[in-house]
Amino acid sequence: MSQAYKILVVDDDPYILMSLEFLMRKTGFNVTIARNGTEALELLETYLPDVVLLDIMMPDVDGYAICTYIQQTPKHTDCKVVFLSAKSKEADIQKGYDLGADLYITKPFSNKDLVSKITALLD
Amino acid sequence: MNNWIIIACALMYLVLLFAVAYFAEFRLKIGKSVVNNPYVYALSLCVYCTAWTYYGSVGRAATQGIDFLTIYIGPTLGAALFFPVLYKIIRITKAQRVNSIADFISTRYGKNSSIASVVSLFCIIAVIPYIALQIKAISISLDVLTANSLPESSTIYITLVLAVFIIIFGTRSVDATEKHEGMVAAIAFESIVKLVAFVAAGVFVTYGVFGGFSNVFELAEQNSDLQQLFTLNGEHGYMSWFTIMMLSMVAVVFLPRQFQVGVIENIKEEHLKKAIWMFPLYLLVINVFVLPIAFGGKLSLPSSVDADTYVLAIPLFFKHDVLSLAVFIGGFSAATSMIIVETIALSTMVSNNLVMPILFSRQGFMNTVDQSIRQLILRVRRFSIIVILLVALLFDVYIAQYFSLVSIGLISFAGVAQLVPSILGGLFWKSASKNGALTGIIVGFLIWFYTLIVPALVNTHIIDNHVLLNGPFGISWLNPQALFGLKGFDSITHSLFWSMLFNCVAYFWISLYSKLNAQEIFQAQLFVDIDTYNLQEQNIMWRGTAYMPELHTLLSNFLGQTRAQNLIQNYAARHKIDLQSPKADPRMVYFIERILAGVIGSASARIMVSTVTKEDEISLKEVFQMLQESQQLIELNKELRKKSNELTRASEQLKEAYTKLKQMDEAKDEFLYTVTHELRTPLTSIRSMAEIVYDHPDLEEAQRQQFLGAVVKESERLSHLITQVLNLEKYENGKQSLHYTSFDFGKLVEDVSTSFALLAKEKSIVFKTFIPNSMLLLRADKDLLQQVIVNLLGNAMKFTAEGGAIKVNVVEENEWVHVSVSDTGKGIPLEWQPFIFDKFFQAINQTVKKPVGTGLGLAICKRIVEMHGGSIEVKSELGKGAHFRFMIPTFVTNLPS
Repeated sequence: MSQAYKILVVDDDPYILMSLEFLMRKTGFNVTIARNGTEALELLETYLPDVVLLDIMMPDVDGYAICTYIQQTPKHTDCKVVFLSAKSKEADIQKGYDLGADLYITKPFSNKDLVSKITALLD
Repeated sequence: MNNWIIIACALMYLVLLFAVAYFAEFRLKIGKSVVNNPYVYALSLCVYCTAWTYYGSVGRAATQGIDFLTIYIGPTLGAALFFPVLYKIIRITKAQRVNSIADFISTRYGKNSSIASVVSLFCIIAVIPYIALQIKAISISLDVLTANSLPESSTIYITLVLAVFIIIFGTRSVDATEKHEGMVAAIAFESIVKLVAFVAAGVFVTYGVFGGFSNVFELAEQNSDLQQLFTLNGEHGYMSWFTIMMLSMVAVVFLPRQFQVGVIENIKEEHLKKAIWMFPLYLLVINVFVLPIAFGGKLSLPSSVDADTYVLAIPLFFKHDVLSLAVFIGGFSAATSMIIVETIALSTMVSNNLVMPILFSRQGFMNTVDQSIRQLILRVRRFSIIVILLVALLFDVYIAQYFSLVSIGLISFAGVAQLVPSILGGLFWKSASKNGALTGIIVGFLIWFYTLIVPALVNTHIIDNHVLLNGPFGISWLNPQALFGLKGFDSITHSLFWSMLFNCVAYFWISLYSKLNAQEIFQAQLFVDIDTYNLQEQNIMWRGTAYMPELHTLLSNFLGQTRAQNLIQNYAARHKIDLQSPKADPRMVYFIERILAGVIGSASARIMVSTVTKEDEISLKEVFQMLQESQQLIELNKELRKKSNELTRASEQLKEAYTKLKQMDEAKDEFLYTVTHELRTPLTSIRSMAEIVYDHPDLEEAQRQQFLGAVVKESERLSHLITQVLNLEKYENGKQSLHYTSFDFGKLVEDVSTSFALLAKEKSIVFKTFIPNSMLLLRADKDLLQQVIVNLLGNAMKFTAEGGAIKVNVVEENEWVHVSVSDTGKGIPLEWQPFIFDKFFQAINQTVKKPVGTGLGLAICKRIVEMHGGSIEVKSELGKGAHFRFMIPTFVTNLPS
C-alpha cells in the first residue's frame, strides 16, 4: 500500500468500535472513529475518507441516513460505503445496496474476512 | 299578431312533442332510458296541472280569492298521506300486471269483469267532460290570442294531430302494462314548458307591470273589491274549502291519468321517494304568481275581460307578443298533456273492459281467436281513442257552454272519488267483497249523476226546470240540489256528502253480509298482504288440465310468435319446467294468465285461459291451504337466509381467526429475528476481540487485558439476554408458576434500593425512598417481584443524567400495594407510551435502537405484575422524566405462610 487509506468507522457499540479501530489500524489504514450518527455527520463535513464502515442501528441518526448523505454529497463521490450490521434480513441488505453501498457485511464477522474484503474493495 | 304564426307555433310545438317522444323511445331502444329516473317520474305526475289549473286558478283567485289554493294544498297533503298507499298500489300493480284503475279494482275483487266494465264506463262518463274542458281551454286561448279571428275548426285540427300522437305513442304495443316511455318523456317535457311559461307571465305582471309583490298586494288591499279576496268567505266558505281540498287530495292519485303516470308508468318504486317532495315543490312554484296575476288582471284590465284568461290577456294587453305566445304555448302544453294521458288511460279501459268482454261473450268468438286478435285489440284501442276525443269535442261544442269552467273539473273529481272507498278498502280490508264494491260504486255514481249532472242538464233544457224547483214529480225531498232536504251546502259538497255516504254504507254493509268466492279470497290475500306473498313463484291459484300447445297458441295470438316463445322459454328455464310434456304445469298456466292480464285485463284474461283449459273447482279449504303453504315457503326462505347469514358470519370469524393466527405467527418470526439480532451485537464483539487476541500474540498486556475484559463483559451481557428471553417466554407461555412466599415487601424494596443508592451516589443522583416503617406483609413470588423493582430502578438509573433525582414510593391501600418509581430523565414521547411494554419495542419500531439494555425489561415487568393480578402503567412527558407505577394485591396479608 503506497499511501494509507483513510477510513471512518461508525458504530455506537463501544466494544465493537474498539476492535474495529484496532483491526483497521493494524491493517495500515488511517483510522477515524465516530461513536454515533451525529458525530459521523459532523466529521464528514470536513473529513474526506476513502471508505466508511457503517453500523445501521444507532440511537440518533441511522446508518442508512448517513449513507444517503454520502451518496448525495459531491465531495464524497469517491468514498466507498461498507455497511456492517446485525440486521441480516434480505430486505435490509437490499435496502443498503439500493442506497448505494459498496458492501454489506453482517455481524458477527470474521476479522480476516472483513479486512480482506475491504482491502479488495479499495485496490 | 299574425294568425298563421300562432297556428305554426302550435303545430311546431306538437312536432317538438313528437321529437321528444321519439327521442325517448330511441334512447330506450339503445338501452339508455331517459324516463327511468325519479325526476322525469315526478315531472310526469305534474300532468295534474291541466289547463284548468293554468288558466282557471287565476280566474278562481280573481273571483273567489284564496279558495284556489285548495286544489294545490290537497295534492300536497295527498303526496304525504298517500305515500304508503301508493307504494302498495305500485307493488300490487307490478305483481299482478294491472293496466288501468278499472283493472286494478276488478283484479282485487276476484278478477270480475262486470266490475271492470262498470268502473270503466263511469270513468269515461266522469272524465270525458274534463277532456272537453281542455279542448275548450285551447279554443278559448286561441280566441283570446287571435281576437276571435280563427275559424272554429282550428281546434278540431289540433285535436286530430293530438289523436295521431296518442295513437303512435300510446298504442305501440298490445301489452298495456308496457311502459309508454315516449309519451311519459313528452309529458315531463310539457310539465317544464307550462311551469316556465306561467312563471314568466307571473314575473312579467309582478315586476314588469307592477313594482314587485308588495306593490301588487298593497294596491289590491286598497281596492275595496279585491279586499275580500284575502279571506275565506267564498260562497260557502269553509265547507267548500274543505270539500275541494279532500277531492283534489284523492284526485292526485285516483284520476285515471294520475293512476296512469303514477302507477302504471312507474318504472321503479324508489322513484316515489323523490317524487314525494318534488311534486309538491312544483305545485308550490307554479302557485307563487297566481295571486299577483289575478290582482294584476283586476287592477289593470277592463272588467269585461274574463278572469279565466288573465294569464294570457295581460301580456296581450301590454302588447308583449313573444310573451303572449309563450303563455299560450304553456297553456297549450297543460291541455295537451292532460288530453294525451287521459285518453290513453281511457282507451285501455274501453278496449279491455267494455269492448273485449262483449266480443268474448259472443257465441263462437272464442273459436275464431287467432293471430289477428292483436291487430283487433290495437284497432279497438285506436278507434276508441278517436271516439273519446270525438265525444269530447262534441261535448265541448254542444254541452260545455252550459257548465262553468271550474265546475267541470270538480264534477270529474267527485265522480272519480266514488272509486276511492273500494280501492282503499280493498288494500286493507280482506273481507271486502265484489258485491259490496260494485254496489257502492254504482250507488255512489248514480247519486253523483243525479245531484251534479242532472242540474247541469237542466241548463241545457234537456230536463225541465221544475225538477230543480219542486223536485221530480213534485217530490221535494228528491230535489237534486237539496236531496232529503239537505240545504246550505254548495252543490259539490252536497253531492259528495250523499254519494260518499251511500257508497261507503253500501260497500261496507254488503261486504259484511257477502259470502266470498275462492278467487275473491285469494286476491284479497294477495292485495292486503302483498309483502307476505311471493306472487311470482308460489301462489298458483289454478287446478286442472291444460295442454301446452293450446296455451302457446293463445299467447302467440296476443303477443306474436317470437315474444310468446321467448316468454314461455324464459319462464320454463327459470322455474325448471319441462316444456316437452304436453300437459302444462299449473305455474305456466298462471304465468300465461298474468301476461294476458297485462294485455286485456285480468277479467278477460281469466276468461281466455279458461276457454283453452279444463279447470277444476277449487274449494275454499284448498285456497287457504295454498296461501298457508306459500306463507310457509316464505318462512322457510327466511330460515334459509338466516342460516346462510350465519354461515357467512362463521366463515368471516374463521377468516378473522386465521388472520389473527397469521399475525401471531408473524409476530413470533419478528420476535425471533429481533432476538437473534440482539444476540448478534455482543457476539460480534466477542468474536472479533477473541480473534484479535488469538491472531496477535504480541499484543501489549494492557491491551490484551482490555480486550479480554470486554469479552467477559459481553459474554455476561449475552447470557443475561438469553436468560431474559427464556424467562419472558416462560411467563408468556404460562409455563412459569409463581412460587408464593410471605415476605416483607417493604424490606425487599429497601434492599434493592440500597444497592442502587450507591450507584446513584457515584452519578451524583439524588435517590429517595418512601417506604412504610411497619411491616408490609405480602404473599407473592419474591424473586420475580425483586426483578420488577430492579428493572424499573435500572431503567431510571440509565436515563437519569448527573444531578437528577430518582424517587421510590411504596404505599399500601385497601389490600393493594402501590409502587411508583419516578426519575428526572428525558421522559418518553407520548406516541411511544402505549408500546413501551412490548417486547423489543424500540428495536422493532425503528432503526434507531435503545441506548442500553435488552428491550425486554419492561415487557418482563408487565408480565410479572399481571401474573400477580396487578397492573402497571407509565406517565411521562418528554423532558420531564418518567413515572412508572404498578399495583398488586396483597392477597393473604397478615397470614402466616
